[in-house]
Amino acid sequence: MLIIGEKLSIIAKRVREAMMKKDKGPIQEIATRQWKEGSGVIDANIGPAEDGGEELMQWMVTTIQEVVPLPVCLDTTNFQAIEAGLKVHNNQWGKPMINSTSNDPERFPILELGVKYNCDVIGLTVGKGGLPADAEERAQIAAEIMGRAMEYGLPLDNLYLDPLVLQIATSQDHARHVINAVKMFREMNDPAMKTVVGLSNISNGCPKPLRPILNKYFFVMLLDAGLTAAIADAHEMAEVMQERSIISDVMAGKEIADKQKMTEIRKTVDVIMGRTLYAHSYLEM
Amino acid sequence: MAFTAPKETYSGKVYPVTIGTGDTAVTFGGENVLPFHSFEGITPSRPVIAIEIQDVPPADWPDTVRKPYDAVSGDPVTWAKFCQDDLKAKAIALRLVGTHPDRENRSPADAVKTVKDVMAAVQVPLIILGSNHAEKDTSVLVAVAEAAKDKNCIIGKAQEANYKTIAAASMANNHKLIAMSELDINLSKQLNILITQMGFDKEKIITDPMCSALGYGIEYTYSVMERIRLAALTQNDVTMQQPLLGDIGMYVWKIKEASAPEADLPQWGTLEERGIAWEAETAAALMIAGAGLLIMRHPRAITEVENLIDELV
Repeated sequence: MLIIGEKLSIIAKRVREAMMKKDKGPIQEIATRQWKEGSGVIDANIGPAEDGGEELMQWMVTTIQEVVPLPVCLDTTNFQAIEAGLKVHNNQWGKPMINSTSNDPERFPILELGVKYNCDVIGLTVGKGGLPADAEERAQIAAEIMGRAMEYGLPLDNLYLDPLVLQIATSQDHARHVINAVKMFREMNDPAMKTVVGLSNISNGCPKPLRPILNKYFFVMLLDAGLTAAIADAHEMAEVMQERSIISDVMAGKEIADKQKMTEIRKTVDVIMGRTLYAHSYLEM
Repeated sequence: MAFTAPKETYSGKVYPVTIGTGDTAVTFGGENVLPFHSFEGITPSRPVIAIEIQDVPPADWPDTVRKPYDAVSGDPVTWAKFCQDDLKAKAIALRLVGTHPDRENRSPADAVKTVKDVMAAVQVPLIILGSNHAEKDTSVLVAVAEAAKDKNCIIGKAQEANYKTIAAASMANNHKLIAMSELDINLSKQLNILITQMGFDKEKIITDPMCSALGYGIEYTYSVMERIRLAALTQNDVTMQQPLLGDIGMYVWKIKEASAPEADLPQWGTLEERGIAWEAETAAALMIAGAGLLIMRHPRAITEVENLIDELV
């Protein structure tokens, strides 16, 4: 399992301020912590970055790689910013990753960059026409992205299919569609296609104490489905790996000594699988 | 081989809710199947239509729906008696719209007087609604809940912003409670959980997922109601087994189609028929989606929907 450390995102206030001020301190501190906690790649999300995106991405890549011997996942919709970042990326620490191409024609050229700079590329299974309705629609889009990757000359081994995790608080059915999509994606090639998710989006909009709970059990369910990589909080994922055997036991229907934990796992799995309707207080029912 | 119609069986059921007291009490809910699926299980009660009146004259209602009440709507007591005695209302929904700060800004004491006067004049069950101003409703609804103590009314509407005080007053005075959320099934469930966590009996809640008129987002209300019913019946979700409210009249009689003059839009047909049909159609659709309690305005629309219920039960 590859963890792509998610914490360096322009959405976080502290990170945004550091990006604006070009203050290396917080960026390097967060990158280092994620590396120590087990991330194999560091995601650098600079947003749409319409102004000064090229310079910002270069600064992010070099700032991160100054202190962390890991590749960077270049996360923006700005094509020029990605290319600028790739030019300074230190490939000695591993293959860079691009987040992302999709089935939207505007995102096709990303594949050229993937080929030119020998990158891993995330293929988000959405098109121009809105969100996919279910696992089948995700698989259909995945097939188109795979076909296009081959057309552009990107090896399928460099492609990570992303089924698009949505918020459980507003799009509950999609949680299980995503799990099914991961299984379907794997079967679309031999050797199995690689898969990746933006994990914590599942709990976006949920009360804060609930977020790690949903993130963790959803992660285990995705692992069981064969997930290859996750853009996630490495610290949370390290905790999951320690608890994995008891979580798997409960998911397999076994009793465990910690009854509270058992109830928490069962209720969360039921919500993820759509067997009970989500509400912010579902654990209290 | 003879044809056997497929039947669904469900694990859950909708709580039956009785409002009012004595001979005039009415019950809705109680079914363990989707609306009107009497061939699959039990449907002990038919949907109940409450006729809407308000504490101040309906100056803002379009002509079509104001006309039938012209002679009585100057005073809520005569209005209520007309609904009970002439229109044979099974329940009356008294909306205290005049308490809204942007309207007449009537005080909780004014509202209490109106409620007491109406209660003294009619025997049918009463649904007492605030003005949907979250803050003002807390003082108004607490006062009227107390004034109507033990009359087994419905008090509404409790929302996320004000449910605590309104639910507490409702509980202390033995009333039922409308829990309203805004077209979001997950928030609707959450509000029901929060209200029951206060110790409020889950079988005394009526869920209002928020209404919308035909042509103005009814499909959202329809879908949320349908999903709530499926959660109640197929997942046996006790927080979603409350009867559903369709607050029809308020949403229908403010849209363009209910008031646009024939002179401007001759292709839309007769203004009066148009408005009545619109209210009846909206009510019919939401009843099919699962509403067990409807609040409506026009007597002819109500008759049409009652006729439809006769045919469906």
